[in-house]
Amino acid sequence: MSIVIEARGLTKNFGKFTAVDNVSFTIEQNRIYGLLGRNGAGKTTIMQLLTGQDFASSGDIAVFGQSPVENANVLANVSFIKESQKYPDNFKAKHVFAAAPSFFANWSQELADQLIVEFRVPMGRDVKKMSRGQVSAVGVILGLASRAPITFFDEPYLGLDAVSRQLFYDRLLEDYAEHPRTIILSTHLIDEVSDLLEHVILIDEGRILIDSNAEDLRGSASTVVGKSRDVAAFVEGRDVIHRDGIGGLSSVTINGQLSQAERVAAVEAGLELVPVSLQQLIVRLSSLETSEGTVK
Amino acid sequence: MDESRPIFVQIAEQIENDIIDGTTAEESQVPSTNEFAAFYRINPATAGKGVNLLVDEGILYKKRGIGMFVAAGSRARLIAQRTDRFQTEFVRPLLAEAAKLGISSQQLADMITKEPSE
Repeated sequence: MSIVIEARGLTKNFGKFTAVDNVSFTIEQNRIYGLLGRNGAGKTTIMQLLTGQDFASSGDIAVFGQSPVENANVLANVSFIKESQKYPDNFKAKHVFAAAPSFFANWSQELADQLIVEFRVPMGRDVKKMSRGQVSAVGVILGLASRAPITFFDEPYLGLDAVSRQLFYDRLLEDYAEHPRTIILSTHLIDEVSDLLEHVILIDEGRILIDSNAEDLRGSASTVVGKSRDVAAFVEGRDVIHRDGIGGLSSVTINGQLSQAERVAAVEAGLELVPVSLQQLIVRLSSLETSEGTVK
Repeated sequence: MDESRPIFVQIAEQIENDIIDGTTAEESQVPSTNEFAAFYRINPATAGKGVNLLVDEGILYKKRGIGMFVAAGSRARLIAQRTDRFQTEFVRPLLAEAAKLGISSQQLADMITKEPSE
């Protein structure tokens, strides 16, 4: 699998604030990545750096082997759908879709037309008079129909209702299956997208906490619930990421895959094993860092 | 999908279940990776991993340019595998719970006999 993006030692300072702190990672071709993290973690800044919309304070970026800054060869192959995309003041939706094909070599008018109907975009309305969800729908359609070799979706669905979000996930998977490309999806709605992702990069306070295959993360943590004494004995020597308790009962979340034999042993010891979703794992890991001030 | 286990394992199990209960006959075609991905709303690479797991085990085989098919004899093999696992996954937890409640082996045997079978 070839690498389409490589970042090494990437740092971005805004005055004294370090938004991205010495981050290194690679993005492989034709996979769906989740770029996850809390508000202000540095996700959008990283995407702006990767698309040449901002300059790094230090470090190297190679997109298709070249620097993206002011580089038409790179940018013609990149689609970046931003949460707060601005359109020219007097633009109606139909103007946006009339202009889009000239930016993207792989633009699919057929897909755009289909999605405009499905998302019920009011083509004749001024973009600035549209609802938040309708503006998001325009962005989502641009991102999908552009079929760019690398597509960034930065919180693409603010204001989109549940039906439209599901439509987005379904159309994304369908079109990706037929036209494989690299997709980087940044979102807070981790539960909704976790099954779509092949790889997860978790950012917290400008640094990478997790860079892992999504399948390896699934089931990599468990919550053990039971009598405090039994729970303590079971989690002894394991990587504990969260503790909770009430009376004589404990609930402890441990990081690390459990074997079938360990699961059976836990049940026989009267303990209950509760699966930890990707979203819960991410909440645990990102709050751990801030609350204890330590990096795992 | 169950959150605690890898999705590709669950996809493989779902295909196995369909073979065991006869929904998918031996020598018949199974859905494509992309069809599984769309149906379960999962990443196609994940669906492919589940299908490949069964190809590696010889349960499914690939016909070039056509798709995936269930190998002859798969059903009997899967039933044998599941029967082996039945002891650890079902009988042991059952006995552990029975012991906790003070249910004797005789009582347990009676309960099982009384349970109307399908």
